[in-house]
Amino acid sequence: MSASLIPSSVEPPASPFSAAPQQPQPTLTELFTAFAKISLSGFGGVLAWSRRMMVEERKWLTAEQFNETYALCSFLPGGNILNFSVVFGARFGGVRGALVAVAGLMGPPLLLVLVIASIYARYGDLPPLRRALTGVAAAAAGLMIATVAKMAQPLFRNRAVIGPLIALATFVAIGIVQWPLPLVLAVIVPVSIAAAMVRL
Amino acid sequence: MNSGSGHGSLLTLAGFFGVLSLFAIGGGNSAVPEMHRFAVEVQHWLSDRQFADSFALAQLTPGPNLIIVTLIGYHVAGILGALVATLAMCGPPAVFAFFVGGASERFRGKTWHTVLSRALVPVTIGLIAASAAVIVATTGYNWMSLVIMVGTALTAYFVRVHPLWMFAAAAVIGMSGLL
Repeated sequence: MSASLIPSSVEPPASPFSAAPQQPQPTLTELFTAFAKISLSGFGGVLAWSRRMMVEERKWLTAEQFNETYALCSFLPGGNILNFSVVFGARFGGVRGALVAVAGLMGPPLLLVLVIASIYARYGDLPPLRRALTGVAAAAAGLMIATVAKMAQPLFRNRAVIGPLIALATFVAIGIVQWPLPLVLAVIVPVSIAAAMVRL
Repeated sequence: MNSGSGHGSLLTLAGFFGVLSLFAIGGGNSAVPEMHRFAVEVQHWLSDRQFADSFALAQLTPGPNLIIVTLIGYHVAGILGALVATLAMCGPPAVFAFFVGGASERFRGKTWHTVLSRALVPVTIGLIAASAAVIVATTGYNWMSLVIMVGTALTAYFVRVHPLWMFAAAAVIGMSGLL
């Protein structure tokens, strides 16, 4: 599954997935620490963090490219950073690489959150702590709204009606009516795919 | 922690998160409404408040957002529940990504790839917006949380500030009960 299997005649890479074949290969230890670092610097969710880093700071991706890469990762089920770690780890170290990358990504936060959970179990009912957590939850919701607003911009730039409509329908079905997720996706994803095909 | 329900709860945890993991388009945060529906409204594992607190704690923990799953598992069956829930949420997509992810590399640029990504972007946006709505609903509508939410949204949209600073500010404002 090495990058050299991809014919060099294909168009230039649009995402960090398609690395040049002559790039240095990380060792298993480097894989682990790399994903542990990504994981531990990703406060407030890796989406907000990776968007900041890739689009705003390093400018590795444009807003559209980020959306596309992000959607491609989420085309695979599950957390996109998890999928990224699996695909990236597997490319350099097969099954072991994938396992090591996932362990790097999930291990440190898992230990941390268990410590936090035991502290919460003991002190979670103290009013100041509860109010602080309410504040953080509200801020996190605000952060998601800002991320959604940024992601939605290319949607409106294309002057298409169907994209915003599908986003709105998904929002209402899941967020307001609160229908089960598998049910909603079973309807809305085929509709969205059909709409995207017609537009091509 | 209702450890009385024993292995039944562990199986339910594994089954629910194992299935949910394959429907979580765009990561942990897009599945928050479904987790809330099942854990709070169907199973009564947590109260609304505990769910909102778990969400906040997961946000404060560095790493993928799906770590909220670990906290829900911990609520249900302690450390074992935490591990079972986390593995169930990570395992199936990881296996899927391992086999399909590498193969899909070779189809980059193909039409169906473009179609899928175009189709999934608006769905993902809708899902994240829905998560924000569910979190706002579970934290309870009060002036403090609404002001903090709008303030954070505007700040994050117009200014580049590290999320951690905004969480810290929100925690201090919340703790002081200023609003």
